[in-house]
Amino acid sequence: MNHKLNVSLPGLDLKNPVMPASGCFSFGQEFSKLYNLSELGAIMIKAATEEEREGNLTPRVAETSSGMLNAIGLQNPGVDHIIENELKFLNTYDVPVIANVAGTTIEDYVEVARKISASPTVKALELNISCPNVKEGGIQFGTDPKTAKELTRAVKEVSEKPVYVKLSPNVTSIVDMAKSVSEYADGLTMINTLVGMKLDSNGKPLLNNKTGGLSGPAIKPVAINMVYQVRQALPDIPIIAMGGISNVDDIIDFISVGADAVAIGTMNFTNPFICKELIELLSKKVSDMNLNHIHDIKGRAFV
Amino acid sequence: MLREGKVVAKSYIARDVFEFVIAVDLKNIEIRPGQFVHVRVSESTEHVLRRPISISSVDTINHTITLVFRAGDQSSGTNKIALTAVGEHLDLLLPLGNGYKLDDVNQGDSVLIIGGGIGVPPLYELAKRLDDRGVRTTHILGFNSEKDVFYEDKFKALGETYIATADGSYGNPGFVTDVIEEIGDAFDKFYACGPKVMLKVLDETLDIDGYISLEERMGCGIGVCYACVCQSRKQGQLKICTDGPVFEKGAIIL
Repeated sequence: MNHKLNVSLPGLDLKNPVMPASGCFSFGQEFSKLYNLSELGAIMIKAATEEEREGNLTPRVAETSSGMLNAIGLQNPGVDHIIENELKFLNTYDVPVIANVAGTTIEDYVEVARKISASPTVKALELNISCPNVKEGGIQFGTDPKTAKELTRAVKEVSEKPVYVKLSPNVTSIVDMAKSVSEYADGLTMINTLVGMKLDSNGKPLLNNKTGGLSGPAIKPVAINMVYQVRQALPDIPIIAMGGISNVDDIIDFISVGADAVAIGTMNFTNPFICKELIELLSKKVSDMNLNHIHDIKGRAFV
Repeated sequence: MLREGKVVAKSYIARDVFEFVIAVDLKNIEIRPGQFVHVRVSESTEHVLRRPISISSVDTINHTITLVFRAGDQSSGTNKIALTAVGEHLDLLLPLGNGYKLDDVNQGDSVLIIGGGIGVPPLYELAKRLDDRGVRTTHILGFNSEKDVFYEDKFKALGETYIATADGSYGNPGFVTDVIEEIGDAFDKFYACGPKVMLKVLDETLDIDGYISLEERMGCGIGVCYACVCQSRKQGQLKICTDGPVFEKGAIIL
């Protein structure tokens, strides 16, 4: 293990600051056939809701230039099933699990958070107030600072584990959102996808849901800027950053604008071995840069 | 899972349709007919999604697989894959998906194999394997037009083969269903791959048991992203990439 990559955040002792982002790794079973999940810094599991959700009709994904749109619609087997099955599986690995919590009402979020935070496998929650692909809930909690703060407070009251809030880029001021939720949140994860649309050759929306969330390398500049803005406004809050990471230099960029750790999303589809590969490359990069610790360059964009 | 292959031959076999022979190390891998390969378009991140392409034949002696695929317009990922030169490498994930079940037919059985357009390729390896088992295969292949027809001779070498073209420019005019009306469905089983409309008609009208292979836009190809789901009659939502792409007749709501 390379101690230069160890990062400690509320609830999380990370071997390295690299983890798969929620929704791009399911609950780990499939990837466990490709490499040892214990090599990861953490795992952000797919969103859990109180009841099972079937998600949206297909087509659910569409490729765009250097990115993709998705409108899965939070398909998941429900929090009870996840605790009984998926989390038990993940418990066999030496890797902290961050549980993504979603819902359509405050009561939903609170109930899911209460249940899943009680699991010993779960080390932190990621509050999903930014999913653009469900008709109720999700992003509506993530676009109004007061609602977001109220939801964060309610979840913090019941959660046995630290709560990170996942911010939506689909807002006028990400700094206002970050400041508002930071009153209660233990940390931030950012950014979720950007709302977008792709047309088919007949001029109609290609996705059945019409709109989808844009992810992939195309959104990296947006994410970098937002982390840069939020880090300046909130110098101390833990930030796990994501948005278009496809290589080790992207990780360095996110740390440079003040992220504590990073998550990799879409590129897990392009290259299912990417998390493992980038952890190895990051270890080498830190040596090549003669750093004592990866955080030596944290926030270097500001000075 | 295999991750790489080298293009050893390529040819243009019908309108926009390419055949690639790819050298892969098959030592520790068994490929079932109906399984697919997830092909990365290029090393750049311009195309973030791989392209699922079914395996049309497997050569375990020479360690090659054959992929037959249709290239889209110039900006498409499949067109970029088609530009890969002989001798160059492709980033592949294989074998993926469940593939067709072979052990429920016996020597002497007679089966109907029905393909539509770019759904034809995986049926070729299937027909070969069934032929190896002493199963009699009859093939009906539907295409839009004469220019789109491929693999007629290959299927003919394995059994009776009918070609249908929607515009009537080659073979039987009309659809595969028109040929079935003509020859009847007195077979032990059917196997189909092609457009959803064709599969729906076969699924609903054929009285014999059989299998269909579905196609859908995919994200990961390994069961992670939940992009390619379909609704089953008894098991809720299933993933085409890992639960399929082959399903039993009647199992899926089409």
